[in-house]
Amino acid sequence: MKKWIMILVGLGLSGIAGAQVRIKGKVKDAKGHILPGASIVVKGSYDGGVADSAGHFSFKTFEKGEQVLVASLLGYKTVEEKVTIGTTPVEVSFALKEEISELKAVTVTAGSFEAGDRKKAATVLSSLDVYTTGGANADITAVVKTLPGAQQVGEQEGLFVRGGAGYEAKQFIDGTLVNNPFQASVPDIASRGRFVPNLFKGTIFSTGGYSALYGQALSSALIMESIDIPDRSEATASISTVFLGAGMQKVAKDKQSSFGMNYGYTNLIPYFAVVKQKPDYFRIPQLHSADANFRIKTKTGGMIKYYTTFGAIDLGLRRPNVNDPSLKNAFGLQNTNWYNNLSWRENLGNGWKMNLGFSFSTDHSNISQQIQNQQNVPVTTGTPWIDTSNFNLITRGDLTQLKAVWDKRISGISVIRFGGEYMYFYNKNLYNSYRSVLPDHLKSLFAEADLYITNELAAKVGGRFEHSSVIDKADFAPRVSLAYKTGKNAQMSIAYGVFYQKPENTYLYITRNFNYTKATHYIINYIKTTTLQTFRVEAYYKKYDDLLKTFPAYDNSGTGDAKGIELFWRDKKTFKGLDYWLSYSYLDTKRNYLNFPQELQPSFAANHTASVVVKRFVSSINTGFNVTYSFATGRPYYNLMQNGNQYVIADQGKTINYNSLGFSMNYLTSIGKAFGVFVVSVTNVLDNKQVFGYNYSYDGSRKEAITPPAPQFFFVGLFLSWGVDRRQDAINNNL
Amino acid sequence: MKKILVIVSLFCAGRLAAQSKYEAGMQKGLEQLAAAKTADDMSTASAFFERIADAEKDKWLPYYYAAYANYITGWMNPKADKDKLAEKSRDLIAKAESIEKHSEIYCLHQMVAIQQMTVDPMTRWQTYGAEARKALEDAKKADPNNPRVYYLEGQTLFKTPEAYGGGKAAARKYAEKSVELFKTFQPASPLHPLWGKAEAEKLLADCQ
Repeated sequence: MKKWIMILVGLGLSGIAGAQVRIKGKVKDAKGHILPGASIVVKGSYDGGVADSAGHFSFKTFEKGEQVLVASLLGYKTVEEKVTIGTTPVEVSFALKEEISELKAVTVTAGSFEAGDRKKAATVLSSLDVYTTGGANADITAVVKTLPGAQQVGEQEGLFVRGGAGYEAKQFIDGTLVNNPFQASVPDIASRGRFVPNLFKGTIFSTGGYSALYGQALSSALIMESIDIPDRSEATASISTVFLGAGMQKVAKDKQSSFGMNYGYTNLIPYFAVVKQKPDYFRIPQLHSADANFRIKTKTGGMIKYYTTFGAIDLGLRRPNVNDPSLKNAFGLQNTNWYNNLSWRENLGNGWKMNLGFSFSTDHSNISQQIQNQQNVPVTTGTPWIDTSNFNLITRGDLTQLKAVWDKRISGISVIRFGGEYMYFYNKNLYNSYRSVLPDHLKSLFAEADLYITNELAAKVGGRFEHSSVIDKADFAPRVSLAYKTGKNAQMSIAYGVFYQKPENTYLYITRNFNYTKATHYIINYIKTTTLQTFRVEAYYKKYDDLLKTFPAYDNSGTGDAKGIELFWRDKKTFKGLDYWLSYSYLDTKRNYLNFPQELQPSFAANHTASVVVKRFVSSINTGFNVTYSFATGRPYYNLMQNGNQYVIADQGKTINYNSLGFSMNYLTSIGKAFGVFVVSVTNVLDNKQVFGYNYSYDGSRKEAITPPAPQFFFVGLFLSWGVDRRQDAINNNL
Repeated sequence: MKKILVIVSLFCAGRLAAQSKYEAGMQKGLEQLAAAKTADDMSTASAFFERIADAEKDKWLPYYYAAYANYITGWMNPKADKDKLAEKSRDLIAKAESIEKHSEIYCLHQMVAIQQMTVDPMTRWQTYGAEARKALEDAKKADPNNPRVYYLEGQTLFKTPEAYGGGKAAARKYAEKSVELFKTFQPASPLHPLWGKAEAEKLLADCQ
């Protein structure tokens, strides 16, 4: 018995002790490119090797006879090859086929800047960037304006993208449209966005050619995705020169749900007492804002999220009347806005996903303007074009929205997506004693496919059907884009799309006899991106059709186009510890709309716009320094006057170039048990003169420059948090 | 009868040989790992462990070492594409975890997440930092007496500046605990992870 075992063991060992046979060969991919790092193994044994930088492998094995060689490399389909190992060296070559994977596949990048972390290498902007962009004061749109495509428009809020007006850019949160993304504003003064950046894990700024999931925006979509369950519970407090705030966030022990709320009070009385403003504020701006949220993880890995925010603002200011400088326009504004967003994302299994969104918002404004004399007493002049500046306007704007999107994964990583959207807009106005109501049921159906043909070639094909009840018109908007990988880390995309947008309410109150306005985008884009560097160049042509005309008749006979080229470069690599980006936009646009007598470059479009954003965090003193420089060439302005049965250009010109240097500094510290971020920020550090355009008197004899209410804005604030270490956001250079 | 005996003995011999082959293979791999001077040596060691793992199929240790060696190459070669390496490490970690959910594997997961975070800490902190924390929590849950858990926690805090809740004082607690646990630590087998004692002691010295 013992003998037997000995013999058997000996036999087994003799196999090992026997002569080794060399196995060698080469590993390539399907196109003949060598594949260093591929692993080759005699199946079931420990014997094998790795392909070197020339794709060659060579190893010795004790295995004999009929064997299987396995060649594998992450991202490629494994290949097995039968061989017979005798006494002579064996030579085998392998060709591995690439697997189409989300990490490797190209993504369609034409027209969009993706922020966030969805695709590591393509990261351009993160929500942290919003906090640490000099002069942006944590306003999302202010940061987006440092990217190519957007104009440096300072006299009104909104994103003016590629020759498009502000209302042609729409904002979406978790898929649904936001009706009033900005605080209620005063003519000639831009207001801030309503939403704080840390609500969002990712933001996509699309300057054209965007997905069929989004409609009713001719120029641009700012698509924001809210965060899921936060990491830890925390309490926060903030104090600054303009506001006070407090908040909390509670994460359940099992981390399956969370809820939170915040309150902030902004009061500019102390600030305006120190920093002189050009307008005479008789009601200094005060703003209350409150928000609340809950988030619940579902059993199947889905997520239900609810977010609500309420804001109330009150202000009043006097400015000289452009027709008669001895008179003043006293403008007053009260606004309340309540916004709700409920979304449910779920994995239905079998490759199906579902996204449901519901939103409701209601916005109420009470606006009034009075003509006052030097003693601030209301007066009637008897001059009609001055007296029409006296008005009272009460508005209400509601939006109720339902959106459903289903995703089905087809072969590989290709996906088809379809769904529908229902929006109910309800707008009501009381202008002096003139009442008007404007309801609109807007229904849309859309479908889209992300097709990954190979890792090198992807296509996005979609279409969108819309019907608006207020104008009783339907449209169909096709969208196509293609992306092709041109080399390592480099790709090219092209996009084509048709975009429709219903006319603005201002005009619908006058007549509903309109059609959709229309824009057709053609975009070509090249992007080269590594983890720490991004280079992007994009050229586009945008054709406008059916723009609104208000003269000689209210119709859709307006036209226009925009073309341009844009460059972007972001680099976190070249200079240690320094993160910077450069963007440049060239824009050539003309349009004939509203009362324009001919095609003109609109007053919101500059030909050249450029920004430099530099960020540096100095770990030794826990302080970040951020500087932003923005430049734009002058914008045209016109005085269009009615002369008989036509409008003529009575006067025109170009504003001076726009220059702005913004600076901010954030010092991270701890105060007691709280983590603190101390922020100092100054806009327009160099005190450059900024002129955004001109207002003309009725007879055209006087013009007045539109300038910011104060040349600079100073901000000093302290943000405290207990619980989670928010300062970690801005550091960890050493880790 | 004789026939049966032959079959049984054949079977036993096969088992015996396989066992020793695994142990011998692992031993050889660990020697390679210890002797590796360059990133290429480490890759070779990693590939060897992966071959053992794929052949054995039911052992997490070779996958663990394959991922560990692969992770080390990321530090040995400063020019390495850490994201690409992490993709490989994560693949190996997932295979190890599918065999056994072990504290050591969670520790390695934390190390890989931190390595990937270093590529662009400012932007990646939120995602990879959270992932690293979660992995370490899981590691602690799986084995509260694993000294490497406390070493890694201490090391992370050590690299975090003082003003942000890190620093020497915060790290020292964990370094002390790790060194304390290493005094009595016995690996489950000679093939189980043993590294970390010297590192923890050095960390403790640095924290003084």
